[in-house]
Amino acid sequence: MSMTEQRSTSALLYLSGVTVSFDGFKALNNLSLLVEPGEMRAIIGPNGAGKTTMMDVVTGKTRPDEGEVVFDGRADLTKLDEADIATLGIGRKFQKPTVFENHTVRDNLLLALAGLRSWYRLLLAVPTKAENDRLDEILSIIRMGPQQHMLGARLSHGQKQWLEIGMLLAQDPKLLLVDEPVAGMTDVETETTAHVLQEINRTHSVVVVEHDMSFVRALGVKVTVLHEGSMLAEGTLDQVSADPRVVEVYLGR
Amino acid sequence: MGRSLLDWRGWTGFLAIGFILLVVLPLMNAWAAPGSAFSLPNYLVPLLGKYACYAILALSLDLVWGYAGILSLGHGAFFALGGYCMGMYLMRQIGTRGVYGNPILPDFMVFLNYKELPWFWHGFDHFWFAAPMIVIVPSLLALALGWFAFRSRVTGVYLSIITQAMTFALLLAFFRNDMGLGGNNGMTDFKDILGFSVQADGTRAVLCFASAVALAIFLVIAGAVVGSRFGKALTAVRDAESRMRFLGYRVEGYKLFVFVLSAAMAGVAGALYVPQVGIINPSEFSPGNSIEAVLWVAVGGRGTLIGPVIGAFIVNFGKTWLTGALPEVWLFALGAMFIAVTLFLPRGVVGLWSQIRTRGATRKARVPA
Repeated sequence: MSMTEQRSTSALLYLSGVTVSFDGFKALNNLSLLVEPGEMRAIIGPNGAGKTTMMDVVTGKTRPDEGEVVFDGRADLTKLDEADIATLGIGRKFQKPTVFENHTVRDNLLLALAGLRSWYRLLLAVPTKAENDRLDEILSIIRMGPQQHMLGARLSHGQKQWLEIGMLLAQDPKLLLVDEPVAGMTDVETETTAHVLQEINRTHSVVVVEHDMSFVRALGVKVTVLHEGSMLAEGTLDQVSADPRVVEVYLGR
Repeated sequence: MGRSLLDWRGWTGFLAIGFILLVVLPLMNAWAAPGSAFSLPNYLVPLLGKYACYAILALSLDLVWGYAGILSLGHGAFFALGGYCMGMYLMRQIGTRGVYGNPILPDFMVFLNYKELPWFWHGFDHFWFAAPMIVIVPSLLALALGWFAFRSRVTGVYLSIITQAMTFALLLAFFRNDMGLGGNNGMTDFKDILGFSVQADGTRAVLCFASAVALAIFLVIAGAVVGSRFGKALTAVRDAESRMRFLGYRVEGYKLFVFVLSAAMAGVAGALYVPQVGIINPSEFSPGNSIEAVLWVAVGGRGTLIGPVIGAFIVNFGKTWLTGALPEVWLFALGAMFIAVTLFLPRGVVGLWSQIRTRGATRKARVPA
């Protein structure tokens, strides 16, 4: 394996030989993956292929047993915890929208806003003009200005998804990991979400895990197929769809 | 839930309670004609002072349970440690007036054949030394426990069990005579505090007043903390801890700060409590005490700051009255209260009030539809 050669590339996210096992079951098995800066990548695969475990490894929730995970060509993600990794610039959107239910829409965005994180500085911190302007800007992007003082718990499912996208904008990560963003969405909402992700992709790198084929087609980006914790195929959706191995494990079912 | 003390409703409630405690009650005690309906009899003064100390304990517990989701079942330990620091100071003030008349050694040490003062007793003859210790000792314990627990990501019921085990371990330790803290008898027969007799009505009134002032100050501090951006982050940690981690927050720092602050408040409450009840012994560490404090918070309304203060007063008035009138019923009443609050008042007395209000509001809103 040409490991040193790959490390010298300008990859934003670099996984090499990553293995994670839970009680002997290999959730990830010698997985290697490269995401370039500015890229949007779709990751597909049947249930149990290791998609969520891969996200857990990248965000520091799960430590790999073996392998390298490097961000931005310098940070060894296997040595850092969630907070460090988030501060480096990796944001994560969960499958189920998780907004802070007892906080207003505006406070949700304020908490996500890049910048202050340490407890002792937040004790006396007051939102600055720049922060308030940025919040207003995000509120207008996600079209939730009128709802800014509503509690998270009172939002509809769709509004929560939008708020979460707003929180990711506020967090302003270099790399955005998105887990099944269109689960439970209508066709129209799915299409809108694809547009929003493309919009976000102009300034951020994005990795999307998704089951919905029409959504992946709408994104029109390079696709990585995972199977049993390893990479099975990579290419455009048409290329991987034509791959007989992919058809067998995934599309053929 | 989670309504800040800093909105106007919180402030009105706080000001009303503060006004009664700080102005009305002392006036009723000092100037109303004895025997009139407005006179506050002297025997009620230390009782009210005691309740104010319990209210501080409830407030401190609400800070960690209501706002950080840390259900401490061992907060009585911090209260008792503050109390012991005050007790050590008061013991040293007895001087030669003890039964054995030893100018240095408290009576129980003479009785147990101590030849000299244990090292950790040095300095406690000075109030300037004892006063900071009241805050420092409980804070250090909270810092040590919290450091390991929060870093290891111990949460929920496991954390509750650890706190319970902590207070139980301290209970056993303080029972031992060779701890040098009075063993199972604890410390009592106090004479003076800052040169004033602890028995005198005037001193008791001042201690009661001091407890009310401390309660008011801590309400303001707690309100400022939960109303700040720190407080917003803290409640977010309570509601979705892993989400906060993925946003880049180091949640241990948040929990640790509020846990230590809370322990310090509980310590001050214990220190104000001891001269008013005249005794400190290891039973203050008993797990039952800490669980009772949880009940005060639940009755008043978790996560409201003002609610636990009200809850502490309500439950303890009930306890004083019931243990006097029908002593054998008290424990059953306590148990029944716990069940009733869990089933019917999940948000406590304060929550009941807002529940009625919102129900009224939704009913009004439904009419035109």
